[in-house]
Amino acid sequence: MPIKITDLNYVYSKGTPFQKIALSHVNLEIADGEFWGIIGHTGSGKSTLFSHLNALTRIQSGKIEIDEFTLIGNGGKKPKRKHRPDYKALRARVGMVFQYPEYQLFAETVADDVAFGAKNIGIKGEELNSRVKSAIEMVGLCYDDVHARSPFDLSGGQKRRVALAGVLAMHPKILVLDEPTAGLDPRGKREILDLITKIKETLCPTVIMISHNMNEVAEYCDKIAVMAGGELKLVSTPAELFSQTELLQSLHIEMPGVTALSCELNARGLNVSRSVLTEEQLVEEILRAKGAGI
Amino acid sequence: MKDVSFGQYYPAESALHRLDPRIKLLAVILYIVGIFFIRKFAGFALIALFLLVAILVSRVPFFKVLKSVRAVLFLVLFTVIMSVLFYSTKTEEPLWQWRFIKIYEQGLINAARMGLRLIFLVLGPSLLTLTTTPVELTDGLESLLKPLAMIKLPVHELAIIMSIALRLIPTLMEETEKIMNAQKARCASFDTGNIFKRAKALLPILIPLFVSSFRRADELADAMDSRCYRGAKGRTRMKVLKLRFRDFVAAFIMLALFAAILFLRYNWFGWSFLTVLI
Amino acid sequence: MIEVKNVKYIYNEGADDEKQALGGVSFSVADGEFVALVGHNGSGKSTLAKLFNGLALPKEGEVLINGMSTADKKKLFDIRKTVGVVFQNPDNQMVASIIEDDVAFGPENIGLPSAEINERVQWALEAVGMEEHRKGTPFRLSGGQKQRLAIAGVLAIKPQIMVLDESTAMLDPVGRDEVMKVIMRLNREEKMTVVMITHFMEEAALADRIIVLNGGLVAGEGKKEIFRNRELIESAGLELPLAARIADALRSRGLSLDENVTLPEELVNALCR
Repeated sequence: MPIKITDLNYVYSKGTPFQKIALSHVNLEIADGEFWGIIGHTGSGKSTLFSHLNALTRIQSGKIEIDEFTLIGNGGKKPKRKHRPDYKALRARVGMVFQYPEYQLFAETVADDVAFGAKNIGIKGEELNSRVKSAIEMVGLCYDDVHARSPFDLSGGQKRRVALAGVLAMHPKILVLDEPTAGLDPRGKREILDLITKIKETLCPTVIMISHNMNEVAEYCDKIAVMAGGELKLVSTPAELFSQTELLQSLHIEMPGVTALSCELNARGLNVSRSVLTEEQLVEEILRAKGAGI
Repeated sequence: MKDVSFGQYYPAESALHRLDPRIKLLAVILYIVGIFFIRKFAGFALIALFLLVAILVSRVPFFKVLKSVRAVLFLVLFTVIMSVLFYSTKTEEPLWQWRFIKIYEQGLINAARMGLRLIFLVLGPSLLTLTTTPVELTDGLESLLKPLAMIKLPVHELAIIMSIALRLIPTLMEETEKIMNAQKARCASFDTGNIFKRAKALLPILIPLFVSSFRRADELADAMDSRCYRGAKGRTRMKVLKLRFRDFVAAFIMLALFAAILFLRYNWFGWSFLTVLI
Repeated sequence: MIEVKNVKYIYNEGADDEKQALGGVSFSVADGEFVALVGHNGSGKSTLAKLFNGLALPKEGEVLINGMSTADKKKLFDIRKTVGVVFQNPDNQMVASIIEDDVAFGPENIGLPSAEINERVQWALEAVGMEEHRKGTPFRLSGGQKQRLAIAGVLAIKPQIMVLDESTAMLDPVGRDEVMKVIMRLNREEKMTVVMITHFMEEAALADRIIVLNGGLVAGEGKKEIFRNRELIESAGLELPLAARIADALRSRGLSLDENVTLPEELVNALCR
């Protein structure tokens, strides 16, 4: 059980008139090797939950256990010494990729930028070089072509890959991504998602992705957590969640395009399953229904 | 950091909100000058009464106005303590003495005066920014400074720069926070090592911040050009500043206040008996 | 009316990283038309947005707006009154910290009297459904609301042509939907000419005409029939809209389907007759 969140609460600007509850009694367990999607509207608390996972947001109340690290809230004050794990080690374990990560690049060369995180956790010399090289190759860039170039001269998509490589070079076991495909064109989106799948298979067995795009979530994730108004509304599998039309409406979640299509077809009398998640499934379902009809 | 609202405007419908920003600006200048003329505590009582009425009229909650004091609280305490400790005189016996520390009555009075002066200095302008939008402020400044355009001072340009700066501050603060978090997630630490190490540790924040600020500036310039901006040339305003009856009333009240402060200070015509009334 | 005549554009000319963004592009947009310009990131489509109102000038060829060349400095102000551009990042288009002051910026620049500016601000905010925020600040708005505000700021100038340069790219699905509804209404009801630069094919499918850009050239142009040409779309780094992809897959598996199926309703109608 690499991640276990128990009764997590968070209040912004506590004690002022701007006080706002961002998280309320969140309980969540994430097992090794799972691909999680966290969905919810802007302001639902998903970003706050997200930044708790590597202690970027100081835990106020509740408990988070990630492998051997334990974070326990101390009412908003600095946690007690015994509840202050090695933050650097934690951040290296939980690799966090923010929205538009290309805006964090700063170094003179791509290699230096990718090395930044690994260097900060004390990796040196040959080990550092080999990590940097393999991280750059892993995100689908050619080390020899790019390592000596300025990150600012790269294209948007390449910059995003470099930023991702900078996190991978710390060799995280859990990868947390905030809208990794935001602003990319369709090809770029698909490439990044395929890349994440590959990283999941080789380097980081557990992946948590915040996304607004239900198509992506339906296609790639094993489990989905739905956040709304600071609460964890439900945990489900994509097939289960997206087949519950009324529940989706009450949570203001839109259906993935293919699921919406299958529901529409079903409503119009074509005997297709209502919980279709991929295009291939939908095509098979339509052919089956049509075949039966003939 | 999400609650930082620079310029801290508090929207409300009140007589103070509706006043011409030029009058408000001049009033605040007069108010500040006035504070420096106050010596007697009766003067402070007068100005406190004036502020109290102004805040009530403005419909801004008290804590909002008082919040501005919090920012300078340390400065106030520091000044007060320092002036109590370091006041020395030969004409007065100390009230209390411990080794080389001597505390005089006059020192306490001076310190209280300084503390009050600082607090009032902050409260007045803060009421101005609470009741006046940044745009009104820059418009007011632009209008007041207009005569200087004749000596080739770029008044309009300065005003627009100021208003854009005000508009960008919250965005840039948010951006700084984001970049800081992203670098922290890459295990950067900003608070260890000597001063040089710390300065160097800031580069991963400053460089992306500069890069993105330049990009923003570029895009903003394009957006402004696209919306037909060409400097002051042929430009009109939606909110035309026009002095109304209430502005003259406000100006009169301010002048009266200033005059009262001067009376209290210099006791012209031997009217000091008035202090008894306050 | 926009006429783009054999336009070439080069970035960083003469430098090592010289890059041709447009290599001889020609097309025109008629009054009242809704045209989608699609292409992958880096296909040259965003360069075009800047050429429409003279923010950038073509290296060769010319761009004419109602017959006025963007290269004619004397006409530039008139061109900018005619062509309004909404950009990608809503945060980088606001000039003022109060919503009504921001919307007023454009009309102030074209020198309208105060009362008329006031009316236009109200009208523009109503057109994008933001009138209740008039006195508020933009900082607490959602992405979709901010972008609608940016549209209002352009609308208040009352341009004939509205160019949207990937204006939905940074928004979540809700925000994108809000913005698209506004755009569609402006085109259908206010008869505004709309040029929408995008890589969302579902949005492009709503346009009257689609122009596909690839490698700085027009790779294809047409109404929805363009989605029949799967090769063209995919070689341009784009994807067919979902319904068209499904229809395509069904056809390849032997189901006969109308060739014009591109929108979800059309697919449902074709399958459930």
